[in-house]
Amino acid sequence: MIKTDILIIGAGPTGLFAVFEAGLLQLKCHLIDALPQPGGQCSEIYPKKPIYDIPGYPEVLAGDLVDNLMEQIKPFQPGFTLGERAETIEKLEDDTFIVTTNKGTKHHAPVVAIAGGLGSFEPRKPLLDNLSKYEDNGVAYMIKEPEVFRDKKVLIAGGGDSALDWSIFLADVASEVTLVHRRNEFRGALDSVEKVQQLKDAGKINLITPAEVVGLNGEEKLEKVSVQDTSTEEVTDIEIDHFIPLFGLSPKLGPIGDWGLEIEKNAIKVDNSLDYQTNIPGIYAIGDVNTYPGKLKLILCGFHEATLMCQSAYQRIFPEKKYVMKYTTVGGVTGFDGTKKEAPKAVVKAID
Amino acid sequence: MSDIKITIIDREGVSHEVDAPTDMNMNLMEVVRSYELAPEGTIGICGGMAMCASCQCYVQSDHVLPEKSDDEEAMLAEAFFVKDNSRLGCQIHITEDLDGLEVELAPAED
Repeated sequence: MIKTDILIIGAGPTGLFAVFEAGLLQLKCHLIDALPQPGGQCSEIYPKKPIYDIPGYPEVLAGDLVDNLMEQIKPFQPGFTLGERAETIEKLEDDTFIVTTNKGTKHHAPVVAIAGGLGSFEPRKPLLDNLSKYEDNGVAYMIKEPEVFRDKKVLIAGGGDSALDWSIFLADVASEVTLVHRRNEFRGALDSVEKVQQLKDAGKINLITPAEVVGLNGEEKLEKVSVQDTSTEEVTDIEIDHFIPLFGLSPKLGPIGDWGLEIEKNAIKVDNSLDYQTNIPGIYAIGDVNTYPGKLKLILCGFHEATLMCQSAYQRIFPEKKYVMKYTTVGGVTGFDGTKKEAPKAVVKAID
Repeated sequence: MSDIKITIIDREGVSHEVDAPTDMNMNLMEVVRSYELAPEGTIGICGGMAMCASCQCYVQSDHVLPEKSDDEEAMLAEAFFVKDNSRLGCQIHITEDLDGLEVELAPAED
């Protein structure tokens, strides 16, 4: 069981900054995120795109903002449960919470802050009638253990980086790799595109474009897919062992929607006059995942919400303690790792 | 004075004729959101970067639209329910030339 003061669900910019504000109050944080890396949308969707409305930064790349936030919170040693989705929440008799992920990891904390953005990122599934029949039975949306594909016939669909990268990787593992994409053009890093071209020329990747998978067949498990040439509409059946559709990820509010929280417009209602607490005391929602009159889904608003949430969390955890907000310029930043940053003291020295 | 009329058929099949301003630097996805013609969280998910297809629509009038960018082409190649007249609403800027435009929102992916 992982124990912490504030359990933050979602490691996007808002969740990361909450670690800093909590740290100033000597509260420890742990973050859960369904993605394998911190940063949320900033890392997953647009790491190379600029943002112009972060106060104090005339321009910053989304990926750089995440790197900076990670650096800023480093002294507060946050814990991370990455690649796992928060699934269930249980309120204990002492008003603390246990949050369990889809992989069974349990987290215990007196305060839960949902900074879930648009939700957890789930693979986009192609629209095929009997798709669910073959899930984990020939159809996979991500590659966890490449060895599963050793000496198998694999068909990958998609036109982005992950489709290209996995085709390249599996060309050395699988007995046959077929890559199907709706267009002749691929959107990916230039060297990946060139590498696929080489592997195709060398006969190690069977490239079918412009085409798409239109049908799945097999008795018990997936045995065959039907691939349609989108220019001639001709359909060909291909015998395969595995079909891996890689059409990117899309966010889903997911299980959090069933936690008994008040939901409006696909977002969690919070008290914006006070502390961004939800209808369940002890559970807060900050950043893009929440809603209130006048809500703006901006990173800078998430930072503010995170800050007020931490003050309220402190009062909840230590109801008897008095606390006065201190400026970092005055109080410095004392990390849990023993580091201390503070403003240099003025020198008092007479001038002769 | 610089408003134009746009007809938007929502995902339930209901047609709405709305006024869209040409002087607010808006795109079609934002017009749909401003009139709440699709639930929040089901349209404009990426914020208008042509990096999701949640604002996909079918253009039904014969207006001349700006060419698709590479990003839009690539996204539509991976989107679902794509037709020949599919466009991403976020990539269609509201200009006076679009007066009378008719679009239908593509179904939401789930």
